[in-house]
Amino acid sequence: MNRSYEKTFSVEGGNFDNAGMASIEIKKILKDLQISDDVVRKAAIAVYESELNIISYARNGHITLYVTDDAVNVDVRDEGPGIEDIELAMKPGYSTATEQIRQMGFGAGMGLYNIKTCSDRFEISSTVGEGTHLSIKINRNGQ
Amino acid sequence: MTLADIAKKLNLRVLCCTDRLDRVVSGGYVGDLLSDVIANSRAGDIWITRQSHRNIVAVASLKEHAAVILALGKEPDDETLEKATDEGVPLIVTNLSGFEVAGRIYELLTRS
Ligand SMILES: Nc1ncnc2c1ncn2[C@@H]1O[C@H](COP(=O)(O)OP(=O)(O)OP(=O)(O)O)[C@@H](O)[C@H]1O
Ligand SMILES: [Mg+2]
Repeated sequence: MNRSYEKTFSVEGGNFDNAGMASIEIKKILKDLQISDDVVRKAAIAVYESELNIISYARNGHITLYVTDDAVNVDVRDEGPGIEDIELAMKPGYSTATEQIRQMGFGAGMGLYNIKTCSDRFEISSTVGEGTHLSIKINRNGQ
Repeated sequence: MTLADIAKKLNLRVLCCTDRLDRVVSGGYVGDLLSDVIANSRAGDIWITRQSHRNIVAVASLKEHAAVILALGKEPDDETLEKATDEGVPLIVTNLSGFEVAGRIYELLTRS
């Protein structure tokens, strides 16, 4: 499938000052590409949660958006501690967020679950001590 | 119903972006957990929260909320106010509780 659009954003771990900015930009791009509202909404949620997880837990990371004729794809890679038990991390309510992160309103343990809910295909892999990789696909025409 | 109508009727204090009070409010959402607000609120909502950290601005901007209301007399940090002004997100404060302000806005929206 040919990629009609591709762009990569870098995200710095620990820097909450610009948290959400990659998501806001990606949402604008998708709207300009005239992607349907529902697909844009799902993509924005998935990208926001991915971005915040890099900021909250990793040293740094990259979010790549690529759009094909049939889907919006988001590829997220970070260098960081990785996730030991992915099944546990995916559970709604499970969080290792610090008190400082919780005080800003994060750490409900809903992020990964929200990403999965918004995706038509979601893959997560992680190596402890190296980093985490998410592959997200949202179909443009319903299914 | 516009933001201006709601602010006037409920006697709310608008801290910034007063040029955006003509925005139409289509609904509302109450929440302090950002993942919940990101997942469940809608564009055009007025978001009622007790969070005052600057991250609320990115959430409101991403979700295209009509405005953010800080309930129970919570004042935003200076950084939050500055960022809201830059991003064009109206910030509103009220001494009412989240419960009360949500109830009053709900009443206004369902009657109009
Ligand atoms: N990129 C990552 N690197 C390392 N650990 C991660 C990463 N993403 C998630 N985790 C781990 O998985 C847990 C669950 O993540 P999830 O995004 O679902 O919730 P949260 O970030 O804790 O809270 P919320 O997203 O609701 O604000 C995190 O608390 C953290 O322990
Ligand atoms: Mg998270």
